[in-house]
Amino acid sequence: MITICFLALFIALIPLISILIEVIINGISQLNFNFLTQEIYPLGLAGGGIGPAIQGTLIVIAIASLIGIPIGVFSGIFLGEYPYSKITFAAGFLNDILSNMPSIVIGIFTWILIVSITGWSVFAGGFALGLMMIPLITRATEESIKIVPSNLREAALALGIAQWKTTLTITVPTAKKGITTGILLAISRIAGETAPLLLTILGSRFFFTSFFEPTAALPLTIFNSSQSPFRDIDWPKAWGASLVLILIVLVLNIIVRLLTREKFKR
Amino acid sequence: MSKTSRAKKKPKSINIKSTGDSIFKSFLGIITFLIFIILGLLILILTLNSSLSIETYGFSFLWGTEWNPTPAGGGAPIFGVLPPLLGTLTSSLIAILISFPISIGIALALSEFTKKKINFWLSFLVELLAAIPSVIYGLWGIFTLIPILSQYVYPAIQDVLGFIPLFQGATHGYNILTGGITLAIMIIPTITAISRDIFAAVPDSQREAIIALGATKWESTKIVRKYGRSGVIGAVILGLGRAVGETMAVTMVIGNSFHLFDSLFDPSYTLASLIANEFTEASSPEVYLSALIEVGLVLLILALVVNVIARLIIRYTKRKFRGVETF
Amino acid sequence: MIKIKIENLNVWFGTKHVLNDINLNIIKNQVTAIIGPSGCGKTTLIRSINKMHEIIPNARVAGNISMENLNIYGNNNGYKTVDSVLIRRKVGMVFQKPNPFPTMSIFDNVIAGLKLRGVRSRKRLEESVEKYLKMAHLWDEVKEDLDKSGASLSGGQQQRLCIARALAVEPEVILMDEPCSALDPIATGKIENLIYELKRDYTVVIVTHNMQQAARISDYTCFMYLGELIEFGETTQIFENPHKVLTENYITGRFG
Repeated sequence: MITICFLALFIALIPLISILIEVIINGISQLNFNFLTQEIYPLGLAGGGIGPAIQGTLIVIAIASLIGIPIGVFSGIFLGEYPYSKITFAAGFLNDILSNMPSIVIGIFTWILIVSITGWSVFAGGFALGLMMIPLITRATEESIKIVPSNLREAALALGIAQWKTTLTITVPTAKKGITTGILLAISRIAGETAPLLLTILGSRFFFTSFFEPTAALPLTIFNSSQSPFRDIDWPKAWGASLVLILIVLVLNIIVRLLTREKFKR
Repeated sequence: MSKTSRAKKKPKSINIKSTGDSIFKSFLGIITFLIFIILGLLILILTLNSSLSIETYGFSFLWGTEWNPTPAGGGAPIFGVLPPLLGTLTSSLIAILISFPISIGIALALSEFTKKKINFWLSFLVELLAAIPSVIYGLWGIFTLIPILSQYVYPAIQDVLGFIPLFQGATHGYNILTGGITLAIMIIPTITAISRDIFAAVPDSQREAIIALGATKWESTKIVRKYGRSGVIGAVILGLGRAVGETMAVTMVIGNSFHLFDSLFDPSYTLASLIANEFTEASSPEVYLSALIEVGLVLLILALVVNVIARLIIRYTKRKFRGVETF
Repeated sequence: MIKIKIENLNVWFGTKHVLNDINLNIIKNQVTAIIGPSGCGKTTLIRSINKMHEIIPNARVAGNISMENLNIYGNNNGYKTVDSVLIRRKVGMVFQKPNPFPTMSIFDNVIAGLKLRGVRSRKRLEESVEKYLKMAHLWDEVKEDLDKSGASLSGGQQQRLCIARALAVEPEVILMDEPCSALDPIATGKIENLIYELKRDYTVVIVTHNMQQAARISDYTCFMYLGELIEFGETTQIFENPHKVLTENYITGRFG
């Protein structure tokens, strides 16, 4: 039976290895300076690159972070520091629910709220992704705060430091690592999200112009290229873009893993 | 021995709150309250904006099988979501059936049969499965998975099980079974991570007890599996919640065909794919957009129900075993 | 009559030498107590007998332990060597902190070991439950509530349940690792009486940090200090006339 369990592990790792190998093999030939910096050509036209997509992804992540990080961290601090407050239980529960919301539903929500009024825009995309970041960061922050040993807080309070100051100057910095890894994981998660972007930034072939105009993004570009009938021209581009996207995601995840190494030393 | 009851009363804080503390807490509290507002608005806005469609089609929306914004002959547009609804449910069910045994096996292997150091990196690899963006799963699905399935696996299945109607039809690969398989791979990390944590939380004293009775290594996991059973159910339902909402990967491999499938080898649709494919084009008539938003609402409610059930089960599990080791 | 023979036993955890050249004979159908200050290796010693430390990574064992004509460790006398699982069926263990299976009823707890053997007959299982709960002096207290969770009992009851569970697989030897240290005096008294009765049919080895307990219930006592066996003999001799100064100092409370 034990071997069967390890067989299961092996089965699960096959797709992982397969995907990584495919992306690297198919995408690496695309990676050169031009590819990374040039404009996106229309489907079927050889040449060009994914410059706007990379730029767009970075901008959209930035906007999402501006929304998601403050709200997520503050909410997480509240839930961690005041576990007996009236709203804590409900907020935690709802937070978990929100974190599993289908991303396309968030996309529709944002479309109604923003796009139907101001049109397709980067801002809407950032908003949607930011909404998705909030529950992830909240939970990670809450758990990091809860892990901070109470004797640290007690020591500060015994010295006469006010509770709120203790939280800001002692508890939160101690929880810094957990909060940071939570943020990095949230970013890694939204970097690859396509569905909400379909309904908000629409996609574009050009570089960023304004916060309220459509933009390109890596996942969108990958999707569009993959749907192209001109397979030998556009599919390599899709792989190239995939390689860039996976590299971003992998790097973030490896950093997080290295940071959480101590957790496993018993 | 009375079960340890969780203190329901809030411990009264004895320190006098300074104004600084009150302001701080209120500020954070308001921000936390945003979560209520977001979720509330989500449901409210989607409902409001699908009201046109709801009024027009009522409950027949849910069991209607036709979807036509511009019927030939100029008739009224007709919308019904049964095919994609079934598609979502079926592909998710297939995903659960496939991923459940695999995930449990991995979770046991990681929590019971591996040393800490290897465990660390193996867990990392399994989590990487979750980190891969959905659209890349889709790309890989089209490029690698479907060729393998359609050339080797599906014909083989059809040879053996072809007498069952569920396994008949052309096996070109863009079908609901492929959707289910892709989803299965994507939710394995979810179920595995939660299950592994549940198993690892079983106190060592329990394992020692059964080993001392003369159990083999595998038999000793019986305790762990019994202990973790309800938590694992919660994990599986959570995986179901993820599968239900998954959009891109499924869209790219499921064939995107709006019809009630007769066989697992038929192309199909999911609620999420329907929205993804048609939303940006839905300009007229007005009820078209409203209908698509209503599809979103159906998906929202489905995901909501599944996730609430999952979370309740997981919370119940944690509570049930809290009293045990406090002796 | 010697039940278990321990010869030149050495145990390391990693580089730490935890047991140093232990030589000890456990006498059949007698209660042997192992006493000594914390960290002296008492628990490690009895856990070696049923090979429990195999679940600890980095544990290394050298020496011989044999039970009548079976090898537990080592092989210098031509006895048969058997699997750890089989050893544990002959050598049962009761732990310091009671650990009944909370997911199982009292009934299922008692027969947990029997089920592992493949015993399926309902009649036989029911008989076993009654027999061993009676032996553990728990039957009267729980006979109406056999399907309640194993964790719903008081501490003393849980420990007696664990003893019943260990007895149900009919071992030859019972190892007890400070079985009363987590219990109140009344529960302790009940278990001490039980141990006294057990030696009629079983060989008992009990680790205890409570010297009075050792003096009360054991026939032989073994004093350990810093991983070494300092003195071993009949309990009356050890407590009234210890041969080693270290033993005398420990017993008279000069150090703990």
